[in-house]
Amino acid sequence: MFSACADPASLEGFSWLMCYLTTGKHIDFYWSFLTVLVLLVITAPTALAFGFGGAMAARSQVAPVRWLGKLYTAMVRGVPDIVFFLFFVIALDQAVEWTKHQIVCPGWTEPIRQGLEFRVCPQAKVPLGTSAQIWHQIYGFALAVFTFAIVFGAFAANVLYGAMNAVPRAQLETAEAYGLTHRQIFRRILVPQMWTYALPGLSNLWMILIKATPLLFLLGVKDIVYWARELGSAKTQAYAFPHPDWRLWYFLFLLVVYLCMTRVSEILLTRLTRRLSHGQATAAGEAMRRAAQ
Amino acid sequence: MKKLLLATALVALSGGIAAAQTVRLGTEGAYPPFNFIDDAGNVAGFEREVGDELCKRAGLTCEWVTNEWDSIIPNLQSGNYDVIIAGMSITDEREEVIDFSENYFPPAASAYVGTDAAADTKAGVVSAQVGTIQAGYVAESGATLLEFATPDETIGAVRNGEAVAVFADKDFLKPYVDQSNGELMFVGDDVQLGGGVGLGFRDSDDELREKFNTAIKAMKADGTLNAALEKHFGAETPKF
Repeated sequence: MFSACADPASLEGFSWLMCYLTTGKHIDFYWSFLTVLVLLVITAPTALAFGFGGAMAARSQVAPVRWLGKLYTAMVRGVPDIVFFLFFVIALDQAVEWTKHQIVCPGWTEPIRQGLEFRVCPQAKVPLGTSAQIWHQIYGFALAVFTFAIVFGAFAANVLYGAMNAVPRAQLETAEAYGLTHRQIFRRILVPQMWTYALPGLSNLWMILIKATPLLFLLGVKDIVYWARELGSAKTQAYAFPHPDWRLWYFLFLLVVYLCMTRVSEILLTRLTRRLSHGQATAAGEAMRRAAQ
Repeated sequence: MKKLLLATALVALSGGIAAAQTVRLGTEGAYPPFNFIDDAGNVAGFEREVGDELCKRAGLTCEWVTNEWDSIIPNLQSGNYDVIIAGMSITDEREEVIDFSENYFPPAASAYVGTDAAADTKAGVVSAQVGTIQAGYVAESGATLLEFATPDETIGAVRNGEAVAVFADKDFLKPYVDQSNGELMFVGDDVQLGGGVGLGFRDSDDELREKFNTAIKAMKADGTLNAALEKHFGAETPKF
């Protein structure tokens, strides 16, 4: 990166370290923090949306929709995350390519499954074999986000389902007495009040989501854990900056980073809890009312 | 607006259909000096040099991608890349699921490395990378096999005493031994394994395989392959 770093073998001590920490590989490592943050920023709302949909379906008056909602939460919650991640990403990828294959190559006669190979026509590959590496990365990342959202959505659905049931029945009855329709009660009475019950569960999920981001590595996305392992492993003279096994230090660094991330989240979530409890007919809301008197 | 976005995405995804054939080369990126990620973050090593030269001779545009070793064959079959170029030895077991090109690295010795010259490699704990011919050999040798996902971890296991020795390609181990200041040493005799290192292709990709075979033959004939071998593995390495 710097001109002084052109000949690493001649460097020593601090300047060696500075050059080492600014190699292209380390820059990739620093960028991968952004990958993780982007994943969190996209996945959290998507999972919440999935969860909301799941909870609404599970409460539905229509039996098949209700079964679908319950099946979704039961299935995803009952399968180990890691199995789901490994299975779902492959299945989703093949489903996408199979569908595209049916549309783009109607005249294709060869079987798609040839022994162990999954072979769609070249025009149906997603992304195409000819497209730049960046598209492959984006596609892989999108698959990862979707899988994360499905898994965490199921947990969120259960939390929201419970929270919706926790809103005092008296609140809803009062609304009914005022002549509000079901839809109006849901939107104006139930949903605004349920958040205070949902928040402890959701904040728990958020913490688990932060800690689950290293699963990205399993899905082939180069996240911070991948780079920490790659950078920390012992380097021979084949590399410009040879060093012994430094994985301990890299993982220690990650430990601190993850602790910081969860600590900041905790502080923000505590604030949010306070705001949502305000004026609620819960123990926390009652305590706030008394303190203000 | 949505349609516009969709259209842009489709154009972007389908872009480059008319361009020259792009071949994706899949490697592990953790097996110096065969292949590794250099300090600039690019794939480097013997296979990078050979792979780039082969693509040039075959008139193909090549793109390098890295993949975990233990899923490198399944991901070839599901089409994530077109060629495996990852120091993969040609063996009968692998021939059953994929096709190999002619070898571009001669049949080579595997060796044990330990911290003690008297290490018991026949009955002790020996580390090897999962899914390698060396792991298979250790399992049959009577020693207790300790498998790891990456080559680096197999050496780490010897350094911290988890295993009495690591069993791997001698060319991979040699730099570690040379640069360990006497901590690591070769133990026992070398073992000849496998039929050399070849490129891996899907069974159905015969046309692509032939293109690379022609290029490998040409590189063997004019000595460029030997030059690359000598550059990355030293003067004593076996050549074609």
